[in-house]
Amino acid sequence: MVRSRNTAATQTRKAAEHAVAEVLTPDVLLGWYSTMVLVRTLDERAWLLNRQGKAAILASSQGHEATQMGAVWAAVRYSPSLAIFPFYRGLATAIATGITPTEALLSILAKAGDPASGGRQFPLHGAVMTPKLKVINISNVVATQIPHAVGYALGCRMSGDPTVTMTTFGDGATSEGDWHEGMNYAGIYKLPVVFICENNGVAISVPQRKQMAIVNVADRAAGYGMPGVVVDGTDVMAVYEVVGEAVRRAVRGEGPTFIEAKVVRLLPHTSDDDDRRYRTPEELEDMKRRDPLKKFKEHLMEQGILTAQLDEQAHKEAKEHVDRATEAAEAAPFPDTGDFYDHVYASE
Amino acid sequence: MAVKSVIEAVREAMFEEMKRDPNVFIMGEDVGKRGGVFLATRGLIEEFGEERVIDTPLAESSIAGIALGAAMQGRRPIAEIQFADFIWPAVNQIIGEAARVRYGTKGVLHVPMVVRCPYGGGVRGGLFHSQSPEAYFAHTPGLKVVCPSTPYDAKGLLKAAIRDEDPVVFFEHKRTYRLVRGEVPDEEYVLPIGVADIKRAGSDITCISYGLMVHYCLEAAEMLAKEGVNVEVLDLRTVRPLDKEAILESVRKTSRVLIVHEDNRTGGLGAEVAAIIAEEAFGHLDAPITRVTGPDVPAMPFSPPLEDFFMPNPEKIAAGLRRVASY
Repeated sequence: MVRSRNTAATQTRKAAEHAVAEVLTPDVLLGWYSTMVLVRTLDERAWLLNRQGKAAILASSQGHEATQMGAVWAAVRYSPSLAIFPFYRGLATAIATGITPTEALLSILAKAGDPASGGRQFPLHGAVMTPKLKVINISNVVATQIPHAVGYALGCRMSGDPTVTMTTFGDGATSEGDWHEGMNYAGIYKLPVVFICENNGVAISVPQRKQMAIVNVADRAAGYGMPGVVVDGTDVMAVYEVVGEAVRRAVRGEGPTFIEAKVVRLLPHTSDDDDRRYRTPEELEDMKRRDPLKKFKEHLMEQGILTAQLDEQAHKEAKEHVDRATEAAEAAPFPDTGDFYDHVYASE
Repeated sequence: MAVKSVIEAVREAMFEEMKRDPNVFIMGEDVGKRGGVFLATRGLIEEFGEERVIDTPLAESSIAGIALGAAMQGRRPIAEIQFADFIWPAVNQIIGEAARVRYGTKGVLHVPMVVRCPYGGGVRGGLFHSQSPEAYFAHTPGLKVVCPSTPYDAKGLLKAAIRDEDPVVFFEHKRTYRLVRGEVPDEEYVLPIGVADIKRAGSDITCISYGLMVHYCLEAAEMLAKEGVNVEVLDLRTVRPLDKEAILESVRKTSRVLIVHEDNRTGGLGAEVAAIIAEEAFGHLDAPITRVTGPDVPAMPFSPPLEDFFMPNPEKIAAGLRRVASY
């Protein structure tokens, strides 16, 4: 794990490591692993449904799972309540927040039972609200959610709501003006926001070297007066640790943190993209070595926590779960147009 | 009743709503100690503190976007865009995002925010301090767009906008701020958004307008009265949603229509109003629906003769009324 030279982040590191050791029992880690296997299986199934012509569009989270899931798990663990403003590549984020595979597939297949928007929006866009956990993703225009998250956190502060706000985005989003404006505002008012950049090194096809003149996006955090932390985003435990730190910093009223999680995007940008036009087979092979699921599996096996038998069982259960979910979602009805004009304005 | 200016009415509306509802807050450029460049927020930071009257960085997109986020959390932000000409960086957050929240979440979330914008010309403001961008917003379902013309309307409608559960873009004509004075009741009142108002009853021609132009239409109507033509002046007050019934009712009565706006002609509000009349009251018309508008040039020039050439005025409106009357 590489860290920028930032005192606030370093000071809290020891406490964080202690807390992590406390909660990350073998059972917890095995639970994480099973859920990551489930998400990967679901993601692969969704891709298949797209190729079958049943799902119109997908942005896969394969390669981003450790960051998306580790971040949500840490934020849920360390905040009294949480509001997440994710970006469009958030299948693993969604599952970590408790959205079921069936609900996710209802959303992916644009069925009436889509919990986020009833089939009005792209998969998993809209809002899923519970008292302790709110997932708000009203748009897939890049970086527009950054000011939303900051405004939400401002509202929380004004109303004495202890909710921590977290937002996720890719490296591409950090070129947008909204990203700068939101980061700047959060820095000025020390708002309780955790910014998570899932840096997969490519904005659709444009490599990082053509997006910015620096290696670590986190270097920019200093310009907003907040800690900038770089973490290996393919290491779920490392992500859990740094996000846990950032969330506790927010809870303590010490302000926002910027986390840059270096991840890999194992598939094209979306199901409509063909990354062979801009990535070599060698690059893809290299990325597969950093597959977060593979790395976690190897780690757990080395530690003697995961066995081949348990691994097989996790995959079998995931497949069965996703099979059931697929069957249910495929059988579910599409939205009808009866409420087509509803929710343009508040009803009188 | 006291006689007040538009800017006083706007300030009073915000003051009263902030007193009434602790969720209401203001954010924008120079809204704090400066009191806003037009002094719309003068005295508010002293009364409500800097937590509820927030001086923001010079960043219009996030003024709107942060207000949007706070509104989704349950606050009632009033975001001030210093001049309507500076609203373009915020357009994505207002039109692209805020307008679509309720529809895109099937009503799970909504955005009770107001974006206040001083707009309009006739103030020697040149290209970038004179614009009238209301039509861009009026095109967008999910938004409400209000353009009051008098102190009474400005106060009552701004209070309604702050209480509204949906995003409202509230355009205040800069030239009316201190020029237009009128009676404002001492007691509490709120005016409904989406309801037009007959500012002058008449029987021969319906003159439809909003904002500063309403006053010029009233002046033109007086000129025509001396010529024996009785003009009804209908102030739309809200340009989205349009008060279709009020428009049609007046047109059915007079059978002749002149539409006036300062915004340029093509795709302006006049086009929509004309389409409504053509679709729903065609049989009542005795003359072509006619428009007096700003010309189709990119913006209002700075130099006095050029600005005057751009601006509709009572004489130009009177000429338009005569054309319609004599058809």
